[in-house]
Amino acid sequence: MGKLLPGFAVVALLMLITGLVWGLAIAPADYQQGNSFRIIYIHVPAAILAQSCYLLMAVAGLVSLVWKMKVADMVGKSCAPIGATLALLALATGAIWGKPTWGTWWVWDARLTAMLILLFLYIGVYTLHSTIDNELNAGKAGAVLSLVGVVNIPIIKYSVEWWNTLHQGSTFSVTEAPKMAPEMWMPLLVMVIGFYCFFAVILMLRTRTEILEREKRTGWVKELVEAN
Amino acid sequence: MYFDSLADFIAMGGHGLYVWLAYSIALVIVVFNIASPILRKRQFMANYRKRLQREQRLAQRQTSETQK
Repeated sequence: MGKLLPGFAVVALLMLITGLVWGLAIAPADYQQGNSFRIIYIHVPAAILAQSCYLLMAVAGLVSLVWKMKVADMVGKSCAPIGATLALLALATGAIWGKPTWGTWWVWDARLTAMLILLFLYIGVYTLHSTIDNELNAGKAGAVLSLVGVVNIPIIKYSVEWWNTLHQGSTFSVTEAPKMAPEMWMPLLVMVIGFYCFFAVILMLRTRTEILEREKRTGWVKELVEAN
Repeated sequence: MYFDSLADFIAMGGHGLYVWLAYSIALVIVVFNIASPILRKRQFMANYRKRLQREQRLAQRQTSETQK
């Protein structure tokens, strides 16, 4: 893990800088939305990562419940605040994009509401982890809420197909070619990969700190503190 | 390059406020996610070091008292 972190950090930095310059300055403007569409380069990666992070948190919750793996519990706990900020970013950038495009910051539409619920689920898991004193119980409660909340993920994904919505369909799909022009979706793909690497970095940072705090009574943490 | 000048780039065809607001929020969230675990680790290390020093002082005092 020690060598992975700088590797991911470098790739994330390169990808994000490339994606930013490409998306902000080189990609052509949308013929209907003008330049406001450039918000897509953070909105979509944030939304994708907010959901991927949730799935990871739920899998970690399952592993910690079934196999009582301590690391899984710590990963799950670390996912909650990161995911909350990503969901918040997706919602905020969506609102900012909605104003010039739809004429409103917010509508109680299926996609937007499901995304807001995702944010609340993250806040719920985070609160459970941080307010229950007993680590074991906190972990269990957080894991259970993470698992229950998984139903929200397919709802977010298919909300634009199941209900009438203002929100547009997805840009990327496994089975079809993107509906967007390549000059527009290529920087988006770069940003999505960059966000994934960035997520790996901050998850590792947070989990490491969590491990230190939990293992503070062990000899290796003492040695580490004395060595620094 | 899509834009003709820096001013054009900043104006974003009249959507500058929306675009730059969105990107600034992204920046804040990125910085927060990097800084918060690092600061927490630093805090942890500082507290731990203080505790070790306190324990050391206590141990020294006890040994000097028993020597008297």
